[in-house]
Order: sequence, then structure tokens, then C-alpha cells
Amino acid sequence: MARAKLYFEDVNEGDELRPFTVENLTRGDFVKYAGASGDFTPLHYDQTFVEAAGIPTVFAMGMLNAGILSRLVADYAGLENLRKYKVRFATRVWPGDSVTCKGKVTKKAIENGEKIIEGEVAVLNQKGEVAVQGSFRAALPSRS
Amino acid sequence: MADKSDIGKVGKPTVMKIEEGKVREFAKAIKDRNPLYSDEAMAKAEIGGIMPPPTFLMTLAHWDDGEGQPHVKLDTRRILHGEQEFEYLKPIYVGDTLAAVTKVANVYEKTGGRGGTMTFVVMDTDFTNQKGEKVAVVRFTVIETGQAVAS
Repeated sequence: MARAKLYFEDVNEGDELRPFTVENLTRGDFVKYAGASGDFTPLHYDQTFVEAAGIPTVFAMGMLNAGILSRLVADYAGLENLRKYKVRFATRVWPGDSVTCKGKVTKKAIENGEKIIEGEVAVLNQKGEVAVQGSFRAALPSRS
Repeated sequence: MADKSDIGKVGKPTVMKIEEGKVREFAKAIKDRNPLYSDEAMAKAEIGGIMPPPTFLMTLAHWDDGEGQPHVKLDTRRILHGEQEFEYLKPIYVGDTLAAVTKVANVYEKTGGRGGTMTFVVMDTDFTNQKGEKVAVVRFTVIETGQAVAS
């Protein structure tokens, strides 16, 4: 089993998703994500380009951080149950930064016969600054 | 710079195949080692097949040759990715072929701090599978700042 299956009955508002940290993101990680995603915006790998734009060095794609964060949501609610995942980008993540993903359930309700949960999630850097603020919505199975 | 006249512009329709190797590569790139992304038998037993990670539809960039997004003038030295939203309507599996169409949903301005006037461009991409079912909508918000924002 990849994970324990989550049932609607097991969830309470305020429940925390199990946090995890990814240590020391590197320029290599940005390049791997560029190749995997097809996002070749030079801000994320081209030092000459970013310096010309007045930025000290390359930084992580917001969607790399959002991708790392999506694991928190998928592991908790189940990939197949996910209905919505939304992210907003705040502080940039730089080479050498570590990111911590955490979140909690904010709503549990039955809507149109579906057993819905919603939650807030975030990526924080090692200083505790928010890099990504996110939310999710999932429709869960029932034990009954 | 983008403006209101861009609203409603549509990009080139794009066909995207959901490929096993690409899903595996993407999962590794976001540091997710869940075997559901690589073990076909386990994925089939648990969720009906290998499903791509939640943000995998970003890989549309590999298929559209830069023409999927409607042409809007933006200065790449001054753009920030503001928000990204994924709405999942039906499951997506490895082996599916998706048709994607992107349109400019909104353009608006806000007066910011350091960056001066900021222009927000919102683009919606609809994904439809080979059975004609709409499976996902991805909403992308990009911000063009008034000047390069040094950190």
C-alpha cells in the first residue's frame, strides 16, 4: 500500500496534514524541473539573464514549490479524490533553501450528496517565510 | 504590455498524450517517490491506473511549441507567476490523449508597491480526453510588474 485510504468519517476540521521538509534545493533541482515540466523561463537557470534583470541569482519555479506541496495533499486526500488545488506565490525560493510543507483541514461538509473536505496548505522556507500559499478540495469515500 | 483587448483571445489547440515516462520524470522532479506514479500494477489495483501528479498538466508546455497560449505581450524580465489553479473534473490516466485549448479569461491592473502598476493576465485551459469528457480546467495568472523587482 502506498498510503492508508482516507475516509470522510476519519476527518475532522482542524486536522493537520503530516508535514515534511525538503532540504537544500539546488540549481540542479530547478533544471530537472525545467526538463520535466517544459518550463524554460530563463529566470530559473540562466545566471547572465537574471543578473541583467537585477536579480542576484536564479530561483525556483513557483510550480516546482507547488509541485512539492502537491505531495502533501495527494498523500493525505488521495490523488483520485482531489477536485481542486490552488496555489498563490509569495516569497521566492533560492538555491540552498529548505522548504517545509504543512497544512490543515478547514472544512468538512456534504455538498450535493458529495462528502467534501477543504484545506489550506503552505510551503515555508527555513526562515518561516511563506513561499507558496495553497488550498485544496477533495471528495472522499465513506465507510458506510 | 497586455490590455483588456486581449480578453477572449484563444491559443492554438494542442494535443497532449499522458505518457508513463513523463509522469515518472515529473514525479521525481517534484521529489515525490510515491510508487503509485511508477508501479502500474499497484496503481491499477488502487486507483484504476497510473494518474499523473496534481500539477502534471503544466507539462502541456512540451506539446504546444509555445503556441498554446494566446499571444499576449509580456516582458519576460518583469513577469511573476501569481497564481495557478487546477480543477479536476474526471480522472486522468497514463494512456489518455487530451485536447487543450487556452483562452485569455481576464486582464486587469493593480497599483502595487515597489513594482509600480501591475498587469494581471488570467488564462484558462480546458482539457478534454479522447472520450470527449472535460477532465480538467487549469487557470494561470501571470503578473507583469512595472519594473524588474529585485529582491
